[in-house]
Amino acid sequence: MRVAVLKGGRSLERVVSLRSAARVEDALGELGQEAVGIDVGRDLVNRLRVERPEVVFIALHGPGGEDGTVQELLEILDLPYTGPGVAACALCMDKVAAKHEIRAAGLPTPDWAAFNATAFRELGAGDTLKEIEERLGFPLVIKPASQGSSLGVEFASSRDEVPEALVAAFSYDDRVLLERYVKGRELAVSILDGEALPIVEAIPREEDFFNFEARYEIGRTEYVCPAELGEAETQRVQELATRTYETLGCTGFARVDLMLGDDGPQVLEVNAIPGLTDTSLFPMAAEAAGIDFTRLVERILASARERPASEATLPA
Amino acid sequence: VISLAGGLPDTSTFPSESFAAQMTRIAHESSAEALQYGPTEGFKETKECILQVMAAEAMAPDPDDLIVTTGGQQAIDLITKTLVNPGDPVIAEAPTYPGAVATFCSYEADVHQVSTDDDGMRVDELEELLAGLATAGRRPKFIYSVPSFQNPAGVTLSRERRRRLVELAREHEVLIVEDNPYGLLRYEGDPEPTLYSLDGGDYVLYLGTFSKILSPGIRIGWVAAPPPVLEKIGLGKQAADLCTSTLSQYFVREYFAEGRWPGYIADLVEIYRARRDAMLDALDGHFPEQSAWIRPEGGLFLWATLPHYIDTTDLLAKALRENVAFVPGSAAYLDGRGGSSMRLNFSASGEEELHEGIRRIGQVVSEQVALYETITGEHRTADVERQLPAPGDARAPRTRSGGATRDVPEEAGGDVIPIPRRRE
Repeated sequence: MRVAVLKGGRSLERVVSLRSAARVEDALGELGQEAVGIDVGRDLVNRLRVERPEVVFIALHGPGGEDGTVQELLEILDLPYTGPGVAACALCMDKVAAKHEIRAAGLPTPDWAAFNATAFRELGAGDTLKEIEERLGFPLVIKPASQGSSLGVEFASSRDEVPEALVAAFSYDDRVLLERYVKGRELAVSILDGEALPIVEAIPREEDFFNFEARYEIGRTEYVCPAELGEAETQRVQELATRTYETLGCTGFARVDLMLGDDGPQVLEVNAIPGLTDTSLFPMAAEAAGIDFTRLVERILASARERPASEATLPA
Repeated sequence: VISLAGGLPDTSTFPSESFAAQMTRIAHESSAEALQYGPTEGFKETKECILQVMAAEAMAPDPDDLIVTTGGQQAIDLITKTLVNPGDPVIAEAPTYPGAVATFCSYEADVHQVSTDDDGMRVDELEELLAGLATAGRRPKFIYSVPSFQNPAGVTLSRERRRRLVELAREHEVLIVEDNPYGLLRYEGDPEPTLYSLDGGDYVLYLGTFSKILSPGIRIGWVAAPPPVLEKIGLGKQAADLCTSTLSQYFVREYFAEGRWPGYIADLVEIYRARRDAMLDALDGHFPEQSAWIRPEGGLFLWATLPHYIDTTDLLAKALRENVAFVPGSAAYLDGRGGSSMRLNFSASGEEELHEGIRRIGQVVSEQVALYETITGEHRTADVERQLPAPGDARAPRTRSGGATRDVPEEAGGDVIPIPRRRE
């Protein structure tokens, strides 16, 4: 089978994407499939028409590849692709919209407030900061609404640090959310075909929190999989993750990031296309479930979305 | 994308017919030799070309004190490999050429940085550092400096400090590694003597390159050093790659035989001066008053500093959405400083492109400044005070009305890779 592997692009997570794709291409080779790597750019549609793949494996991270844009294009071209569909991708990439959905479904997610830059510039949103700070407390997590990984995520431990953190977060997106910090254990639940894999716990070593580089650098953060949790707790966390996955309409696979605090688990965000590099959490969780990387790719491929006729985006 | 991030010289004006004629001549007249291995230290004829270039900056080494290397970068590598054992102290400027730091670190050097200001490396700070190390019973293996049109800060070491630096090296019996890729690319002001010429070659190892005055693609640089050091570098070179490209050396020989190289450099100086001026004009017109920069007298780079609350690593994400790139300043420091600074290259883009690139960066900076001011209700005047450099941070640029810019050289160019570093 001819499989196009979409990778790279101009997202800030380009390098991670290339690393994910390289592994996927190797695995496809082992599976006896014909992998065609495509670094996405202006010629994407043309390349797809020329290469004529039967299935498209999306190994893109961040805006463009993970937000439904590429998925929409593939639907128009009538090509089956891996991972969640257009709507789920768009929802996962927009952390604010996702939090609204999660909360509406009665699932726990930390309190937040969200603004776009215009609200500050033209509507005097800055005057509400005091109330927000009082409501959410310190430290306060400030992050762009739509970046993947931890790009632009800032922690403000006092009022003085808020403006600078906002300016940094607004560098990555025009919309930013301020979120209550949940003290606790950082967990990631990978979901494959609607089924939760063993939980990964991330234990930062040298610093209080993650930073972007550490996530992709071997040895900087310690990962434990399966996380050392009681059976009931494990089940509770996995169930919350699975319900979140369903609530956001994910299919194929995704990764749900949570914090386990004193008040139980709370959902932070969902990654529609989690990293597949050799230090990524999703393959680690699969491994713990006895699914090696090649089998993982095989299963993801098997679940590639066929576009149902009812979802046709072009007029007949 | 308009990239002001690379360190590429402009090779587009090199006369292609001349290139073709030289290579044809080599093929006709010296085909077998040009395709063969050469001596590890380089051809005598290449050294004669190097002597001409060094003479243009008033240096006259013995040809036996020269070794031809595969670009200046290999020279840095070989010197470090030869001199540094794991844990040995090495001193560099702050900020410094990131490509050198990477090499020092790969040999596990203990790198210390000395601040720079408008007059280059702060030799008073260097003196304190040397004294402190001596007290601890440690002697640095060398002091790495780019004294002219420094990469990335764009500053040039003053004559007085050059003399003092050479004195200090003698007093403490410490070698200096003088990296001078841009010395001949001066757009204004009088030339400063090289450290090598001031010292006479006793304590100074001199690094030169054809990359910025002819072509980085031919990968030819050189080291001038005292014979005992040179011998060890030669052994390292033999292990690394046996010899520098014979074909490239033949090309240099042919090119110099034409005698037009000073004219080509003069042409480059005209082009780059106009580009530097275009960038300075654009900065004046488009960067907010809370920012500052140095006016480089030569080289390829300009260093700009923004208000303290703007992190240029974050800002780059925003700039990339406007299809413009620069190098965030923190890459040039080992200790997290430089977070509000950026290095801008003016040699690789045309004047219009430079103007547009700076306009776009200026716009994203202005947006962030306005946002910060809206959030804090802060007044601009208060802000300017806050963004003034901390004492000892010589790197901090003058305020905009001062109109001075800094410049930073770099060996490598190409696409910029954003280096995000936020925590979660």
